[in-house]
Amino acid sequence: MSLELFGTWLAALLTLCMFSFLYKDNPFYRFAEHLFVGISAGYWLCYEFWNTVKPNLIDNLNKIDSLHKDNLRYLLPLFLGLFMLARLFPKVGWLSRWPIAFMVGSGAGLMIITYLQSNFLEQIKSSLVPLDPAGQAWYVMLDNLLLFVGVVSGLVYFFFSKAHTGVTGGVARIGVVFLMVSFGASFGYTVMARVSLLIGRMYFLMHDWLGVI
Amino acid sequence: MLDRPSSFLFLSLSLTFLVCLSLCGLSNAQEASVSTLSVLTPPPAPVTGVVAYDTADDAGGSITLKWNLSPDDAKGAANLMEYRVLRAESPGGPFKLVKSVPKGTAGADDTKDVKSGIPYYYVVIAAGASNETRSEIVGPIVSSAQVLNLGRLNTLILTAIFIGMLLFFIVRARRGKDLFIRRISGLDALDEAVGRATEMGRPILYVPGLSTLADVATIASINILSGVARKVAEYETRLIMPNFDPVVMTVAQEVVREGYMAAGKPDAYREQDVFYVTSDQFAYVAAVDGIMVRDRPATNLYMGMFFAESLILAETGAMTGAIQIAGTDAVAQLPFFIAACDYTLIGEELYAASAYLSRAPLLLGSLKSQDWMKIIVAFCIVLGVVALFFGQPFFREIFETPLLFFK
Repeated sequence: MSLELFGTWLAALLTLCMFSFLYKDNPFYRFAEHLFVGISAGYWLCYEFWNTVKPNLIDNLNKIDSLHKDNLRYLLPLFLGLFMLARLFPKVGWLSRWPIAFMVGSGAGLMIITYLQSNFLEQIKSSLVPLDPAGQAWYVMLDNLLLFVGVVSGLVYFFFSKAHTGVTGGVARIGVVFLMVSFGASFGYTVMARVSLLIGRMYFLMHDWLGVI
Repeated sequence: MLDRPSSFLFLSLSLTFLVCLSLCGLSNAQEASVSTLSVLTPPPAPVTGVVAYDTADDAGGSITLKWNLSPDDAKGAANLMEYRVLRAESPGGPFKLVKSVPKGTAGADDTKDVKSGIPYYYVVIAAGASNETRSEIVGPIVSSAQVLNLGRLNTLILTAIFIGMLLFFIVRARRGKDLFIRRISGLDALDEAVGRATEMGRPILYVPGLSTLADVATIASINILSGVARKVAEYETRLIMPNFDPVVMTVAQEVVREGYMAAGKPDAYREQDVFYVTSDQFAYVAAVDGIMVRDRPATNLYMGMFFAESLILAETGAMTGAIQIAGTDAVAQLPFFIAACDYTLIGEELYAASAYLSRAPLLLGSLKSQDWMKIIVAFCIVLGVVALFFGQPFFREIFETPLLFFK
């Protein structure tokens, strides 16, 4: 049996083990699940080391000399990384809070600018559409009107400082209708994409493994 | 008279000679033709008005060039193929090619190994198939970094307004002002969900999404986890939390431990219940599905950033009969959670949840400032659309090219 054939058989049997979950939890599924989790965890450990830690940290620390003095800055992530491991030792476990604070703070700070740019300015810019019927087709006009009403009513729905009663409640309800219609469209679209994934897997079983199609 | 082999040899040699002769002739004819072409095809007219300057609003390392198209380009003449930008560090050269752009292009950005602080000289070549003409040398041009990106002035002003409002509302909340937040039904159900798990003697499963701490949804999820952990500790219910990201796991362990301590039950905390599984998407899902069917949690909470696995998780949870509450800002995954969960926090509701649960001044102030930003957005949209209706595009232009307005 060639290696390729062995791989096909193994992949097909593990696929069937995974599909067996559709019936109920069973030893075959459990075996495939544990194998999948174990192999993937090991794979990602190696991947992160060779693709993140080594090129970004170890290689740069190895280059420290009179020409690359600025590489000393890589000592900072080294220490922050070691602090993260301090959790393994209860007496100095508090040190792990420093890298966590650094990551959360820098992550949130950087995202504020991105969010303001994409979710705020771009959103406003794209929503400023002409509602003047002159010079545009009726369906373009209707499209613009739906966009305008949908965005404003959607914003009212996500306004938390006022209860959804009276006029606010009415507008928020319109916003919910817009949200649900868009979610429905998104649902159908994504389900179609998932069905194509299933077809791909079935094709593997029927064609590559059994050769019946 | 030649015999047959000799005549065959003679014919072969003659034929070979003739073929060689004809090939040489053809080759010479081709050369003559090319030579005639290069003589007949005049070189393209040179580009004029070449200007070069440091690229504005960048971090250095870029020089922008503009020029007037060659007159042959405007005429669509066939003797022009492309423009070539050559660079040197002194006017005497040597000039090296740094960029080629197709004809019809009246400018280019040179970003090829441009170092800030070094003077560069440029020549633009109008190149044809067989000949070329050079522009005058321009320079010296020095690239440098700008402190402020004026193209992003809008973002700067908005960030200042947002941070100003944030500080204002945080101070108000700290002074004890009552800041109202409307009911969020998904979070009201949280007490019921935790209580149900306690009554049934089953654990609660908390899935923090499949992203890192750099994601706002994950940060919001961790804030919600803080409130959930406190409630779980009060009820003395078991909380199971499988993690996709090791750093998120580390933070989650801290947060859950603090929740138990805040509830006065630090001994009830089990660190092994907040654990790392794998960073592979579908392996993680397989493991979480396994936990759902084996440990039978009474409540499943999915809070954070989710991808294609959302429906697999929510569907398995629904099959086990658990109460399910989800929250995400992943628009593509929200439909699946809405279809398969009892309650779903949609987008911003996820961010509001932590303030709603904890009522901490910092989070309340943040939520209030977000609400005011939404009022500004709605106001800008209504004002802009009304202005457009009356044929005034100035308001839209502020968002497209802010400098035009401020100038």
